[in-house]
Amino acid sequence: MSDLWKLTAHEAHEGLRRREFTSVELTESVLERVALVEPTINAYITLTAELALEQAREADAKLAAGTATPLTGIPVGVKDLIITKGVRTTAGSKMLENFIPPYDSHVYENLRRAGAVMIGKCNMDEFAMGSSTEHSAFGPTRNPWNPGLVPGGSSGGSAAAVAAGECLVALGSDTGGSIRQPAALCGQVGLDPTYGRVSRYGIIAFGSSLDQVGPIGRDVEDVATMLDCIGGHDPRDSTTNPEPMPDLRHYLGRDIRGIRIGVPKEYFISGMEPGVAALIEEALALFESLGAVVDREVSLPSTEHALAVYYIIAPSEASANLARYDGVKYGFSDRSAPTMWENMEQTRAKGFGNEVKRRIMLGTYALSAGYYDAYYLKAQKVRTIISREFAEAFEKYDVLVTPTSPTVAFPLGAKVDDPFAMYLNDIYTLPASVAGLPAISVPCGFSDGLPVGMQIIGNFFDEGRILQVAHAYEQASGYRNLLAPME
Amino acid sequence: MPCIAPEGTRRPGLATRARVRAASPILDGMALTRDDVLHIARLARIALSDDEVERFRAQLSGILDHFAALAAVDTDGVEPTAHPLPLANVMRDDVIEPSLPRDDVLANAPLAEDGYFRVRAVLE
Repeated sequence: MSDLWKLTAHEAHEGLRRREFTSVELTESVLERVALVEPTINAYITLTAELALEQAREADAKLAAGTATPLTGIPVGVKDLIITKGVRTTAGSKMLENFIPPYDSHVYENLRRAGAVMIGKCNMDEFAMGSSTEHSAFGPTRNPWNPGLVPGGSSGGSAAAVAAGECLVALGSDTGGSIRQPAALCGQVGLDPTYGRVSRYGIIAFGSSLDQVGPIGRDVEDVATMLDCIGGHDPRDSTTNPEPMPDLRHYLGRDIRGIRIGVPKEYFISGMEPGVAALIEEALALFESLGAVVDREVSLPSTEHALAVYYIIAPSEASANLARYDGVKYGFSDRSAPTMWENMEQTRAKGFGNEVKRRIMLGTYALSAGYYDAYYLKAQKVRTIISREFAEAFEKYDVLVTPTSPTVAFPLGAKVDDPFAMYLNDIYTLPASVAGLPAISVPCGFSDGLPVGMQIIGNFFDEGRILQVAHAYEQASGYRNLLAPME
Repeated sequence: MPCIAPEGTRRPGLATRARVRAASPILDGMALTRDDVLHIARLARIALSDDEVERFRAQLSGILDHFAALAAVDTDGVEPTAHPLPLANVMRDDVIEPSLPRDDVLANAPLAEDGYFRVRAVLE
């Protein structure tokens, strides 16, 4: 079996361009790797091997014709809430177990146009609700660094697939940390773009004022390449930014002398593992050695409220978005009772898993008569305060640096029966999500042999700046292309 | 799913309690009752077993307790944020675009007939 699956996307692109190997050879190498490790990892809900080889042959034709892009012929994984025409898309739910979409999402359209090769649809927490990928109707994904541990979530399948060599780069989605946290726990780079950077057309909705699609890759250059492919204005999603995408490659390889880095002290709390704190401190020292100006005394006092704000707003939006699963138009349907109303109640009782039911009910409660002001409206107002504090910070700093997650990967089953303990995994990723800001997680070392992630938060539509800082760090630290050993 | 609950699902008891709760310091950590859970489940159109009612009652009460701290945040004069970007009324020309072919859409329907979705009796 060839070692081509070990390449990053940009390394593979160079090899393809120089005709050192073909996309078919590269794709076969990845598919062999999938056959070897997938029984352990379960990163994919649906494998699309035949489609991948067909797309690889088309990519080889493009490469021969000289019309290739940086993603032509590159094997990718696609989170299973990204709609793919003719390819089953489940959102990790029994509700959509047999759903074959009649159209393509914007992001998959762009991947296809770029000539990417889809290996399969990646596992996830049901409807992206979770932080461990244990809430999947298709079984949990396991962490390639230790299969007894979770990969994080909800994009755990995407992160694990990249870490295990089951694709070179993947798409995930982030509502409250669902790209960054699994990327951190699997030792990969994960980018949650600014809300409005990437079209949500054809993305199965969870929290519509929070959802964004973004890449997970083995290094910063690969996630920049992916964002360049999927980002930009789309008239089918009126929240997308009409401004043209900046040239992200312009930011890679630039030094960070004089860059102002703020470190909010509210992120360094009890409950954070000492190993995580030590690695972030090491990273800050490295930033200083590269000429950045680091201020460790930044305060964002409302940080602690982001958890409550998020877990009111996201379930409220989810309760409305998931009302569409009624067993009538598509998806699972229980028709055992004689009336439509009973059919709907049974369809939703049997089609949704426990975490999804919990969040729908939480959101329904927060929006219900008599509670709207106390929960939903209050959360929206505190959301404004959190956003203001970020805006003030970005008057003084170019980026903010925090840990991505308070802990390394935890054992399967450890938190699955305690919803609030699971929600606490997101405490460092929620504030940027609530404010709609872009943030990246990059690997910054190992604690007890497990990967730790560092989060870099940027200002609105300033993905270029966080990519610049992340890339400079990655080049100096050497933490890149961290394939899990899997032996 | 209809937005309006059919007759008989509204429970004045809960609304009264809600007003009491909203009038007193809000989010006071009062535990949900079984009836609260059944009411929410009815609004959300999810059938629950007796075991589920109790499990969700305990879990949702626990989660709501953690939200109580929000009540102490001073939000006087603060506008709510519905959406992180300053966007309003994004307009486009009113041009007719092709829709998805009807047969493609109905292909995923659990039950379709003569080009329509089919459901069981709406009226009991």
